[in-house]
Amino acid sequence: MSTDTVTNAESTPDVEQPWAELGLKPDEYQRIRDILDRRPTSCELAMYSVMWSEHCSYKSSKVHLKRFGEIPQETPAGKMLAGIGENAGVIDIGEGYAVTFKVESHNHPSYVEPYQGAATGVGGIVRDIIAMGARPVAVMDPLRFGPLDAPDTKRVLPGIVSGIGGYGNSLGLPNIGGEVVFDPTYIGNPLVNALCVGVMRHEDLHLANATGVGNQMILYGAKTGGDGIGGVSILASETFAEGGPTKRPAVQVGDPFMEKLLIECTLELFAAKVVEGIQDLGGGGLSCATSELASAGDGGMRVSLDKVPLRDASLSPEEILMSESQERMMACVTPANVEEFLKICAKWDVQADVIGEVTDTGRLEIDWHGERVVDVLPETVAHEGPVYNRPFARPAWQDELQADGAEKLPRATTSAELRDTLLQLVGSPNLCDKSWITDQYDRYVLGNSVLAQPEDSGMIRVDETSGLGVAVSTDCNGRFAKLDPYTGAKLALAESFRNVATTGARPVAVSDCLNFGSPEDPDVMWQFTEAIRGLVDGCKELGIPVTGGNVSFYNQTGEVAILPTPVIGVLGVIDDVTRRTPIGFTGEMEGHQLYLLGETAEELSGSEWAHVVHGHLGGRPPAVDLAAEQQLADILINASRDGLIDAAHDVSDGGVAQTLVESALRGGVGARVWAPDNLDPFLFLFAESAGRAVVAVPRTEEVRFTDMCTARRFPHTKIGVITGDTLDVQDQFEIPLTELREVWTATLPAALA
Amino acid sequence: MKVGVVTFPGSLDDVDARRAAAVAGAEAVALWHGDADLHGVDAVVLPGGFSYGDYLRAGAISRFAPVMETIIKKAGEGLPVLGICNGFQVLCESHLLPGALIKNHHRKFICKDQGLRIENNRTAWTSDYDANHEITIVLKNQDGSFVADEATLDRLEGEGRVVARYLGNPNGSYRDIAGITNERGNVVGLMPHPEHAVETLTGPTTDGLGFFTSVLKAVVAS
Repeated sequence: MSTDTVTNAESTPDVEQPWAELGLKPDEYQRIRDILDRRPTSCELAMYSVMWSEHCSYKSSKVHLKRFGEIPQETPAGKMLAGIGENAGVIDIGEGYAVTFKVESHNHPSYVEPYQGAATGVGGIVRDIIAMGARPVAVMDPLRFGPLDAPDTKRVLPGIVSGIGGYGNSLGLPNIGGEVVFDPTYIGNPLVNALCVGVMRHEDLHLANATGVGNQMILYGAKTGGDGIGGVSILASETFAEGGPTKRPAVQVGDPFMEKLLIECTLELFAAKVVEGIQDLGGGGLSCATSELASAGDGGMRVSLDKVPLRDASLSPEEILMSESQERMMACVTPANVEEFLKICAKWDVQADVIGEVTDTGRLEIDWHGERVVDVLPETVAHEGPVYNRPFARPAWQDELQADGAEKLPRATTSAELRDTLLQLVGSPNLCDKSWITDQYDRYVLGNSVLAQPEDSGMIRVDETSGLGVAVSTDCNGRFAKLDPYTGAKLALAESFRNVATTGARPVAVSDCLNFGSPEDPDVMWQFTEAIRGLVDGCKELGIPVTGGNVSFYNQTGEVAILPTPVIGVLGVIDDVTRRTPIGFTGEMEGHQLYLLGETAEELSGSEWAHVVHGHLGGRPPAVDLAAEQQLADILINASRDGLIDAAHDVSDGGVAQTLVESALRGGVGARVWAPDNLDPFLFLFAESAGRAVVAVPRTEEVRFTDMCTARRFPHTKIGVITGDTLDVQDQFEIPLTELREVWTATLPAALA
Repeated sequence: MKVGVVTFPGSLDDVDARRAAAVAGAEAVALWHGDADLHGVDAVVLPGGFSYGDYLRAGAISRFAPVMETIIKKAGEGLPVLGICNGFQVLCESHLLPGALIKNHHRKFICKDQGLRIENNRTAWTSDYDANHEITIVLKNQDGSFVADEATLDRLEGEGRVVARYLGNPNGSYRDIAGITNERGNVVGLMPHPEHAVETLTGPTTDGLGFFTSVLKAVVAS
């Protein structure tokens, strides 16, 4: 096949082109022709199809995501050094340090090929972090699966977990948190979100642009192969259909060893100050890197595509442009620094090749063996893709769903029934012990993991001398979001915020991964817009900005969309990590007083109890009061700093019962508790009202602690004492910790063995 | 007193081993796989990780690094060498220690706090422990199952060269063996990670510190 050059395209305007197979719509193809004033070459068509895909262009979400700009860009810790639009947001955390973090989805590839899909999800987010100039210091993975007993879950879950472990462990990054949630809507659409945190000194911040005419463009890392072709356009931007062709070749294949070399090599390149601008090659591969770097810089770039080192010599130029082969980066380097750059790469055995240079033409020009195959304005590829105002409307079924509250369902009333309910919940898939999964992740490597799962948030020491650290949590209750996406998004934000504060860190910034069904469905689009509205309002109220994130649409098989799942990651800062608050009740805490902070209402809709006991989803989610969350956070942070509490655990899925069980099993010591006078024991144990936490207060600090709560007029109720080796709910039932542990730990091994 | 820690391509716990040596009071020195010079160090740690991705066999390629030629020679002269996890695998591949490490019997990576019994406290790396001292340190690996033929296992046990045994076998290691030493007692291979148990803030215990304080005494004594 001869090369389709620009000249050829000009002289053969009527050639049939495979735009539909590449995922473009008729009007989008016409728009490309209008922009170029001719038909695109096959290489140009490849680039536009990739970059105008939903995954890369955010064409359905862009108009709504703009609203994040309304949130003040200051964080409680300091200013934002880089925000949305960069590879990842960067926050000043003091002492000259900056932190960058971001959460992204790798949902579709992980369904098609669980191990590689999940592995390369970790790889992609880690490269986003190194591209900012930061050293990655931790990862976390919020996961969603179909029912635990579904046959496909047994295929997907072990593969995804070993992919995350296999890649992250080999990279030497501790995995310190995340979530594992099961729900029938995720069958056929598992969610694999990956978060990475990186740390740098302020002066090390690097941005993605190619400036300086004559500067050289260097591609380094792995060679380019035929994997991941069309990953973003064919795989991540469509729903799965029965009987379609296999999409496995569109999944990338990861090499964590190469990525580890790439991390060390890149950080050494930064330290040697031989990099002007840099970007990782992720979704969209070279099409994305060349067009984005060029349009963010001086605008012109010339690339010789035949200089790209290949794993497979038979690849066509179109395939090279679309390949999403992993572990590649592109840097802009001054001619004087090229030699030093190549020398550092050689030290790390990393291949590096000059493949182009920055020009003053304002155009992105790509040649293949001396013939021009691409000649475009880079911004038309990178930023001027179609923007859709997709129709959205409140679903016809929403009212009926909200009218069907769980509060009317039959509840356990006798002591024996309450005891059985608790055990049924403790052993249920969403609440049971997750160590079958998390024991496959290295949580210790790098030696700075102060807290890791199952703690409320993961915490990393940043400075060994001062004790400065960061904490991160990710949360989302998709059932709440289904019942009311506006409130559900706020609740996800509130829970993540609270989880960071319970460990003693001050929440400062948000990254989100918005997982939804098809944007072409007005019901789904309404859920999406409502979730954004909730998140924007919530962030404004809490005074923390959204620093970046990712949208994943088309998580839908046929007519069935997933629960709307806006996963919210919150990052917090703690001045001294030795003051962190863990969740466990330990032997040293024998006799400590247990307080329930916050108010408990009759809120059962969307709860784990309704889900597990009744298989019910309906009603309205718990009310969310962000001013109260803010107050609760202040109390938790101050109490931690002043030594007034020794343990704290947030109350969320499963209610106070689950909170107590997790704290007791974590530390190995039980508790004697009682329902407060005005509260029905069932609601005390299982209601899921927001804005609550259980704290363990030493007797010597009890007065100071309660005085602090009283002064802030924050509801605090003594509910018990840490003691013994049982969970004793007075006047109701008593369960030995050994029995709780047996029930709690049995579920996953039994299902996945 | 200098403890060198080698970085191979794909080493991961090198920084941690250097931190542990420093916590114990030594000067930690970074050694590079491609540099045969040991820069005057008094002891060497081969750290954990996935050198060369473990793509061929764990430790199989690192064993040929220029730095290993010097280490193999000096180990024969009594230089204290501790191989942790991937480092243990390198020591076996280098034939400084007998046996091999294969994939865990449950086929999964495992990260957990693991109980061990120190059975030989006469090596350069374990003299600070009591005989039969029980400790808890971090275990994290994919290829952690120690295997050897019966005769070798009998000899290791007969000569008291089993340094540490698992309390509850986590990976199918023959005779619960977690660590062994050479005849002279200067070279020790250990699958679990003592360097991750030197601070209460970040580790399960500080039980691992003894490996690093032991070697300081061993060097001073020699």
